[in-house]
Amino acid sequence: MKIPLIYNARSVLQRPVSTALTALGIGLVVAVFIGMLALANGFRAALRRTGSDQNALVLRRGADSELSSGIDRATASILAASPHVATGPDGRPMVSPEVYVLIPLSRRGADTTSVANVVVRGIGEAAWKVRSNLQIVAGAPPKSGRAEVCVGTKMALRFPGTDVGQMLRFGGRDWTVVCQFTAGGSAFESEIWGENEQFMPVFRGEVFQSVSFRLRDPAAFEEAKRALESDQRLTVDVHRESQFYAEQSQVLGRILEILAFLITSIMAVVAVFGAVNTMYAAVAARGPEIAVLLTLGFHPRSVLLSFLIESALIALVGGVIGILLALPINGIVTSTTNWASFSEIAFSFRVTPGLLMAGLAFAAVMGTLGGFFPAWRAARMPVVQALR
Amino acid sequence: MKFLHLVLANLGRHKRRTFLTTASVALALFLFASLRTVVTTLAATAQFGSARRLVSDNATGIVFPLPLSYANKLRAVPGVQAVSWANWFGGRYGDNKRFFAQFAVDPESYLEMYPEISVPEDQKQAFFREKSSALIGRRLVDVFGWHLGQDVTIQGTIFPGDWTFTVRGIYTPTDASINDDMLLFRHDYFEERLGRPGVAGWYVVRIDNPEHAAGIAKTIDDQFRNSSAATKTGTEQAFNASFATMWGNVSLLMGTIGFAVVFAILLVTANAMMMSARERTREVAILKTIGFTDRTLFGMVMLEAAGIALTGAAIGLGGAKLLYQATNFNAAGFLPGFDVTAETLVLGAAIALLLMLASGLVPAVRAARLPVVQALRRVE
Repeated sequence: MKIPLIYNARSVLQRPVSTALTALGIGLVVAVFIGMLALANGFRAALRRTGSDQNALVLRRGADSELSSGIDRATASILAASPHVATGPDGRPMVSPEVYVLIPLSRRGADTTSVANVVVRGIGEAAWKVRSNLQIVAGAPPKSGRAEVCVGTKMALRFPGTDVGQMLRFGGRDWTVVCQFTAGGSAFESEIWGENEQFMPVFRGEVFQSVSFRLRDPAAFEEAKRALESDQRLTVDVHRESQFYAEQSQVLGRILEILAFLITSIMAVVAVFGAVNTMYAAVAARGPEIAVLLTLGFHPRSVLLSFLIESALIALVGGVIGILLALPINGIVTSTTNWASFSEIAFSFRVTPGLLMAGLAFAAVMGTLGGFFPAWRAARMPVVQALR
Repeated sequence: MKFLHLVLANLGRHKRRTFLTTASVALALFLFASLRTVVTTLAATAQFGSARRLVSDNATGIVFPLPLSYANKLRAVPGVQAVSWANWFGGRYGDNKRFFAQFAVDPESYLEMYPEISVPEDQKQAFFREKSSALIGRRLVDVFGWHLGQDVTIQGTIFPGDWTFTVRGIYTPTDASINDDMLLFRHDYFEERLGRPGVAGWYVVRIDNPEHAAGIAKTIDDQFRNSSAATKTGTEQAFNASFATMWGNVSLLMGTIGFAVVFAILLVTANAMMMSARERTREVAILKTIGFTDRTLFGMVMLEAAGIALTGAAIGLGGAKLLYQATNFNAAGFLPGFDVTAETLVLGAAIALLLMLASGLVPAVRAARLPVVQALRRVE
């Protein structure tokens, strides 16, 4: 026979301070757990969204990032003429040979030493069509042949001189900002875009760093990859764009997750110890009560279960507190250098429903763990002694 | 204090509770020390740099090189005593599971520029003699088991192909902020293999007087302003500091988590102390009846809290200090010189004191003010 839940609820309310302290402790652990994973999650999501399944990214063979790659004009032309490249509505190939460099920019408001490496991407005309999640939110795209740039909205937030109509100085000349764009929260939003032909002479000369193109048939990626990589005229690696950018988040994403795991597990031990103390005290203080329950004929198993539930209940309250503490960080924009590309990327903390459920489950586990031995003691309490 | 044995007896009464609470304090302060050390290590790297060294790199951005011909022009700048240069290589070794930095450096001038990179004299000479030789940091010996005379092959990502170097020297940094896991090889070999493009990633310049740093930096930058590659020159410290800012808000993040940890442990200890006090209401009343003063009882409770908080702190903080020292931890090269500072230890001890006050005060005051008659009348 089960002991009714109301018994636990009332017992918990008998010692409000102790319960609140324990729950709050668990809540803090859950908040840190959710917060750190939301950070890792947001970072990964930003890079995952950068690439598209439908696109391929071509780099020089052996290059592990756009920065270390180099593609000459001849290679770019061969790629553009490939049958694996989709054709746009205007009959032209949907391909964008791109210049990719990093420039140092001082952050808004900060001291002069606070410099970030910002990506400057010189795009082909078709880039706005090759990448489907782009949207210009202010101004109009740069015109060919002009020293004009378009900046990502997340980039614009953090650096001065990025409003439409303002001037940005880099690569030894001034560039007029003519528009701002969003890209579905992806890493592109941390970049400065302009025409590739404009950037070539001021940066690295007659060379592109990468070529992105829309696949004619996204399902036939492997076939396109094989065809291009075995082409005698080319020394390139072909990556699926989505996968390439997702891989760029691997190193830092892993570090963040390991850090989250290490920190929260140490904190969890502390919280579990707190729960153990609380539950032992509860069992000790309610000795006669438990003896009465056992005398009334409740099975020791029911007593065990009842105390486990009580502990889990306290923990769940803590879990809810943790969720409430962690929710406000959702959407907060932060930035860090992605060491895989050496550029600074801004991204938002991402608290997902799954993460919240994980936090709640984590709380329940802590509660159950903390409650087990005290509950065990309660179930095995010698009735006569306890009643005396 | 003559009641010490009574306090110890009280602590020993709920051995499990005392143990768990002390262990919680220890773990929390261990975590606090670790998080804070991340912050202090980053700050130390940002602070590192000789006041007499300037760094000149391409004003357009870190990925752009400077002509090798600048070396002679830099030497001619008044106040400049020595010039050296280096290039980032960015290769991968094996499965690339353990990343480490490789640099092409001008051998003689670089080691002369950085006396902090200490190499035995005979190994230094071997490095100067042999073109395809390399110096490796002491840590790489531990990580990969490399030894003197061994050939090491690195795959270039920026500069394609397999590059094989012979390890001719093992260096030990005398300053903790210098990475002990770099591979340094010769810039002339680098140039030769690439077909002599004549480039340097950046220049390091030693000046005669730190007070002239700003003036000399300006002279250098003015000189190259209208050439094909303009320079950006600043002190080495400013160069390192700008690298440290690339981490973004790491310090804020670590600080926030540290605060949450400290707060969580406060809850746990306060709870434990209050539970103990509550269980002992009768006892305290009896002690009072037989003549214990209010002040003595207050002191006893505080002492008990102190026992838990300070023991835990000693274990947690000492453990952090010893663990990181013993394992020579440096976060895979990202945090060179990771060491729990004295300041962190003091701060941790202060937190322990705060913990003692916050968890002991309420029960202690309650014990001191307990009305004897009422407490004894209550039936347990």
